[in-house]
Amino acid sequence: MKLHLKIWRQENKNSQGRFENYTLDDVSQDSSFLEMLDLLNEELTEKGDEPIAFDHDCREGICGMCSLVINGVAHGQNREPIKQVTVCQLHMRHFHDGETITIEPWRAQAFPALKDLIVDRTAFDIIIQAGGYVSVSTGGAAEASAIPVPKKDADVSMDAAACIGCGACVAACPNASAMLFTSAKITHLGILPQGQTERYQRVVDMVNAMDTAGFGGCTNMGECEAVCPKDISLDFIARMNGDLIKAALMGVS
Amino acid sequence: MDINAIKVIEDSLDAKIPEGVIQEKWDKHRFNMKLVNPSNRRKFEVIVVGAGLAGASAAASMGEMGYNVHCFFYQDSARRAHSVAAQGGINAAKNYRNDGDSIFRLFYDTVKGGDYRSREANVYRLAQVSNNIIDQCVAQGVPFAREYGGMLDNRSFGGAQVSRTFYARGQTGQQLLLGAYQALQRQAHAGTVKLYSRTEMLDLIVIDGRARGIVTRDMVTGEMKSYLADAVVLATGGYGNAYFLSTNAIGCNATAAWRAYKRGAYFANPCFVQIHPTCIPPAGEHQSKLTLMSESLRNDGRIWVPRQAGDTRPAAQISEAERFYYLEEKYPSFGNLVPRDVASRNAKTVVDDGHGVGELQNGVYLDFSDAIGRLGKDVIKDRYGNLFDMYTSITGEDPYEAPMRIYPAIHYTMGGVWVDYNLESAIPGLFVLGEANFSDHGANRLGASALMQGVADGYFVIPYTLGNYLAQTQLDSVDLGNAAVAEAEAAVNDKIDKLMAVNGKRSVTHFHREVGRALWDYVGMARNDEGLRKALERIPEIRAEFWDDVRVPGSAKDLNQSLEMAGRVADFLELGELMAFDALHRNESCGGHFREESQTEEGEALRNDEKFSFVSAWEYNGDGQTPNLHKESLAFEYVALSRRSYK
Repeated sequence: MKLHLKIWRQENKNSQGRFENYTLDDVSQDSSFLEMLDLLNEELTEKGDEPIAFDHDCREGICGMCSLVINGVAHGQNREPIKQVTVCQLHMRHFHDGETITIEPWRAQAFPALKDLIVDRTAFDIIIQAGGYVSVSTGGAAEASAIPVPKKDADVSMDAAACIGCGACVAACPNASAMLFTSAKITHLGILPQGQTERYQRVVDMVNAMDTAGFGGCTNMGECEAVCPKDISLDFIARMNGDLIKAALMGVS
Repeated sequence: MDINAIKVIEDSLDAKIPEGVIQEKWDKHRFNMKLVNPSNRRKFEVIVVGAGLAGASAAASMGEMGYNVHCFFYQDSARRAHSVAAQGGINAAKNYRNDGDSIFRLFYDTVKGGDYRSREANVYRLAQVSNNIIDQCVAQGVPFAREYGGMLDNRSFGGAQVSRTFYARGQTGQQLLLGAYQALQRQAHAGTVKLYSRTEMLDLIVIDGRARGIVTRDMVTGEMKSYLADAVVLATGGYGNAYFLSTNAIGCNATAAWRAYKRGAYFANPCFVQIHPTCIPPAGEHQSKLTLMSESLRNDGRIWVPRQAGDTRPAAQISEAERFYYLEEKYPSFGNLVPRDVASRNAKTVVDDGHGVGELQNGVYLDFSDAIGRLGKDVIKDRYGNLFDMYTSITGEDPYEAPMRIYPAIHYTMGGVWVDYNLESAIPGLFVLGEANFSDHGANRLGASALMQGVADGYFVIPYTLGNYLAQTQLDSVDLGNAAVAEAEAAVNDKIDKLMAVNGKRSVTHFHREVGRALWDYVGMARNDEGLRKALERIPEIRAEFWDDVRVPGSAKDLNQSLEMAGRVADFLELGELMAFDALHRNESCGGHFREESQTEEGEALRNDEKFSFVSAWEYNGDGQTPNLHKESLAFEYVALSRRSYK
């Protein structure tokens, strides 16, 4: 199939970006979206042009590295018949011959652009550093079977822990809020017995870190949930807000 | 390289295996090792390269102990290293099922599964600490699967007759990595660990015979920078991407390990690579990587092909009698759960014989209809839902309705940098962990053992053995003005300048694909003398073409993904030759290394213990020169050498 591509190019974080147009022939229906970009990059290289920089690594939807907005939608969500995919799992069979596709990076103040389609998501690590863990050092663990965890809780914890930290939630949010990401970690740990000791301090510290990093607030638009490749639920944001109120009532700051 | 001109150095390697019975070696060794006083630890700087399970767990644990740790990785966040992609689970000898498991049995299964080419003492230690791993991960909040009563659930895996695998849906690697990642972030917050994201190690700095630092490139700015320390830990993963198509992430590379080799570390058993039986077959030339479907699928899926070669009817039209359940027929007691190498080779045999399925006839069926009938769709969905979704997204087919198509793909490399019992390489002060070393899996790794080894090395081995090194080594203070730093930086700059200057016509990917094809064809699932000699001719040719005709666009002083890839492929073009050379030299079949000349009448791998019961540790001798061979002979005192049989 033949495609017309409108791709964001930007030399570095200080330069002004712009859209460039490319046409690509002979794209296989079975190739993935990133393989289509590989093909374009190989053509550009052999022509002597600089290929398009984009983040990607595992190409199986789990590392969270790939991060493209396709036709205005993070990860090009809602193209595949089954939701739940990152852009590396999006396949060209869901595009039609002759289609024009616009490709942009994540856009958020807290994710500064680095080059072309690559942005810096270090702010997510900073949020985790503020408290996204159970403070247990190596060697200090009790026998694993000592604390039973109800299956229901383990399952919800796992639902939240499935977050891959890609940042699509931030890219999709009109406020560039990181509430879905942050609440996923708070729920993952806060629902397990192991995470109780630090539960309220964790929520206060992580929310502070999120605000400091320059992410916006949540206004319940639900765009984050709609594009999340791992179906992280808005309920987790409600849970996080609940914990935050409890923390305030408990005087945790 | 000349196979007839190898200089063999017998018994030159000291694996430093502690004395005593195997059950007591590690405990005794832990007592005998020297300690660094808690208040002295902050005087030491430690470099950790890689932030996967082994690297993150090592860096976090050593940070907690009080060392100053510097952790380098090429991804934008430590949460993304390829350990994240491991699906099925992690083994531990907890015996929660009361089904006869024990530390000794996990040890026994791993040595046997590795086809008697691993080091017994290391494997025993691995089995011992496996139980601590589960405790540690649960305490970190890893959401392992639970039963309704709240206790930890287990499942069984290939190569074992007990249920000892712990799992978190189909995302066990992700969850374990997040546990280690979070521990690492906690230390970053505490200031004991400094993180260097998007930073690639391009050379090792050796001063007075000891590893003292690394040369790195900042992948955003292109800036070259050296860092010095008291010890260097490599946890940089395997070299499966030498094959171009593999289940590895696109960025996985062997550059750190290969630089270490060229600086004096030995590369052990490079021909031992694992070909995973359950991957999605390639769909065409555009393919950039292969996707693994967890081996755990073999618990409930039945593998078959049409009995009649060339039968292209859809699966549903092929009656039960016309289906060839080749693993169940050939191996009645293990059936679909035979070890990976056996499952892979049998798939190759049936496909080569014309029984392949799918449009390109390049796969075999993995069929869940019996399991769905027996357990219901909901149970199967609960166990494998995300894998089924991934399969549907990639192939456009629904595995609840029609069987999956699978085919083997390069997945894991058992070979790697040679290390002793302390995980120290031939260069003092250079330690190598996880997939990057060679030590625990012999010629074949069992399922759910990679995660186990990565975290065992990082959480429970290196914190002790590195302290032992630092406590008894008199290290002179060094600075960036040292001649060795200037020499390493010049070597790195020279290579980058050369890559940028070729200015040929072909992309890096072109050459990567070429070398990958040569390796897959000749150093793949089945190898023979003639093919390996062809590979040894072909790979240097591709290498020469690469240096003559590659084009690396852009600037070296900028974010330049072509340059990053070019450096990695240049190393694969050298390492690939050593892989073929080692495979030619090892004229026996064992585990994942199948030499067609060495097989039983039934077509099973035939080891030659008389001649090859040793580790081949290759020593660099100059570019294009025949490497020296150091042999570490392997003694099997606890698991009697026998031919593996899974019938």
